[in-house]
Amino acid sequence: MATPRFTVTDALDRLNERPQPRPRIAVHKFSSCDGCQLAFINAGEALLQLAELVDIVHFAEAGPMDPEAAVDLAFVEGSISTPEEAERIQTVRANTRFLVSIGACATSGGLQALRNFNADGAAGWTEAVYAQPEFIHSLDTATPVAEHVKVDLELWGCPVNARQVFQALRQLLFGVAPVVDRDKLCVECKRQQHVCVLVAKGEPCMGPVTHTGCGALCPAFGRDCYACFGPAENPNTAALARRFEGLGLLPEAVARRFHLINSHAPAFRIEWLDWQERS
Amino acid sequence: MQSTALFLPRSSLDALIQALRACGYERVLGPVARDGAITLQALDSASDLPVGVRDRQEPGQYRLGHGEGERCFAWANGPQALKPLTFAPRETLWRCERDAEGGLVFRDAGERNVPTAVIGVRACDLAALKIQERHFLKAPYPDPRYAARRESLFLVAVHCSHPASTCFCASTGDGPRAETGFDLALSELDDGFVVTSGTERGAAVVERLELDRASPAQTAEADAEIEAAARQQVRALPSRNLRDALYARLEHPHWDQVGRRCLSCGNCTAVCPTCFCHAEQDEPALDGSRTDHLRQWDSCFTAVHSYMGHFLVREETRLRYRQWLTHKLASWHDQYDRSGCVGCGRCIAWCPVGIDITAEVEALLEPTDA
Repeated sequence: MATPRFTVTDALDRLNERPQPRPRIAVHKFSSCDGCQLAFINAGEALLQLAELVDIVHFAEAGPMDPEAAVDLAFVEGSISTPEEAERIQTVRANTRFLVSIGACATSGGLQALRNFNADGAAGWTEAVYAQPEFIHSLDTATPVAEHVKVDLELWGCPVNARQVFQALRQLLFGVAPVVDRDKLCVECKRQQHVCVLVAKGEPCMGPVTHTGCGALCPAFGRDCYACFGPAENPNTAALARRFEGLGLLPEAVARRFHLINSHAPAFRIEWLDWQERS
Repeated sequence: MQSTALFLPRSSLDALIQALRACGYERVLGPVARDGAITLQALDSASDLPVGVRDRQEPGQYRLGHGEGERCFAWANGPQALKPLTFAPRETLWRCERDAEGGLVFRDAGERNVPTAVIGVRACDLAALKIQERHFLKAPYPDPRYAARRESLFLVAVHCSHPASTCFCASTGDGPRAETGFDLALSELDDGFVVTSGTERGAAVVERLELDRASPAQTAEADAEIEAAARQQVRALPSRNLRDALYARLEHPHWDQVGRRCLSCGNCTAVCPTCFCHAEQDEPALDGSRTDHLRQWDSCFTAVHSYMGHFLVREETRLRYRQWLTHKLASWHDQYDRSGCVGCGRCIAWCPVGIDITAEVEALLEPTDA
């Protein structure tokens, strides 16, 4: 964080200086399960409040359709995994003043980024899965939005936390740069007084390297964190991986802990490669 | 005050809980084995206590098991001391709302503190409480929230008889005997408890129980168990002030070595009964009409804790660990006239990778050729 990860652009200043009309918002979908868009749809009353503060001009899952509209703020869900998406994300960027990528797919490539590790590309899998693979036009990789266009703010998680989304939105409407807590999950887990599943049960919990934000959901139910929010700041994945080995995990099992929803995130990719080589 | 030692038969433990309730303590907390650890929970009756439960603690490992007999306090400690009861992990300090004219109105968001009795407080927990009081209740700006919660507590200490391998309170001078700071103190024997009161209100609770005096044999046995608990401890910190020695080793290569193992996850600071760092933030309502001002536990192991003016003072893990250790064992002396470590060993057991403060200090104090 020696240099701020996200900066408030001049565009953002303009966004907040506009008294009329209301800020225009779009929610775009790329390769994803739609679960992060539910952060808005499931918000209930908050969504109604939001509709009074902004104009939601494009949000296909909720109704409004105007994908090419110029907006002040665009939320992007999903990874870039087809040639069409690689072009469309450029249009989204060109049409918005501020871009927020939401969820694991948009921020790290998501679960589908597991195909990035297939040395032969994705074609073999496409043929194995689909009856008529000629209709499938995929890239060999599924990659985060930030590898294609400038992203002003990333909100991680599978799915993203609705509270975080609305807090960031509120801060943007106030004209301040949203501050995203990138501490380890353990900090929140301990605030909630959950008993550490790694120490008390020997579970290979990813909490000590995982970005907080979920509210320590899995440890609340006695389960180990599986890092759906991706790497925290300063993640010592090497030390945690050694600890997992000490708990009795075989190298391949250690590797798999880093090779799931956020496998393409550099900190996890490096650790997966390291332990994959040992197995 | 140190009162006459009385004897509470094991079968009367429920009578103690009832007496506490009768004296106005609406909530009685005590140790309960839950989720694989000794945790403080509301007690309905003495049967909720961890009968026959033992703990086994090693660096990075905590396991409960079962031993022989009926004892309920034959374990060292759980992941939390009294800290969450006095220094809340997260609380709303105040709320700010817009009034009809658009002005701002600030409201105290404090809630009533339920009078609470806590059974099973350890000597190290009491020592830590005293240290936190020096911080939170320091004049001229005592923390009103902390003060109110502290005042709502009635403390029933239990002297330690079963230290864990991670315990080293004997070396810091904070245990295993609870010397002060309690309302009542118990020593657990096989058939009951030797009880002493430390305050008038403690004596008032005991008076309701109409207990007999403890026999000389019972008090002797209790004393012998506490003394044995001190001798059984296998870890230690040097009992002298380490400030100058640690400051002379700020560039010791061992900080790098710890930095490679440390996860900077903050677990040590969260379980430490004396760590008091916090962060404050505002949570505005979506419509912008209201905001909650929160205070929550923070840690010197997080990045933002050392963030100022667009740069991180402590980006590297070794610097974060060094900050924690040199605050705890060095600059704490300047701030609070003693070290910040009470020897409870929680930071050792609950560190996911088992970093051991006593071993790290030993390594740092070794002479180097460099």
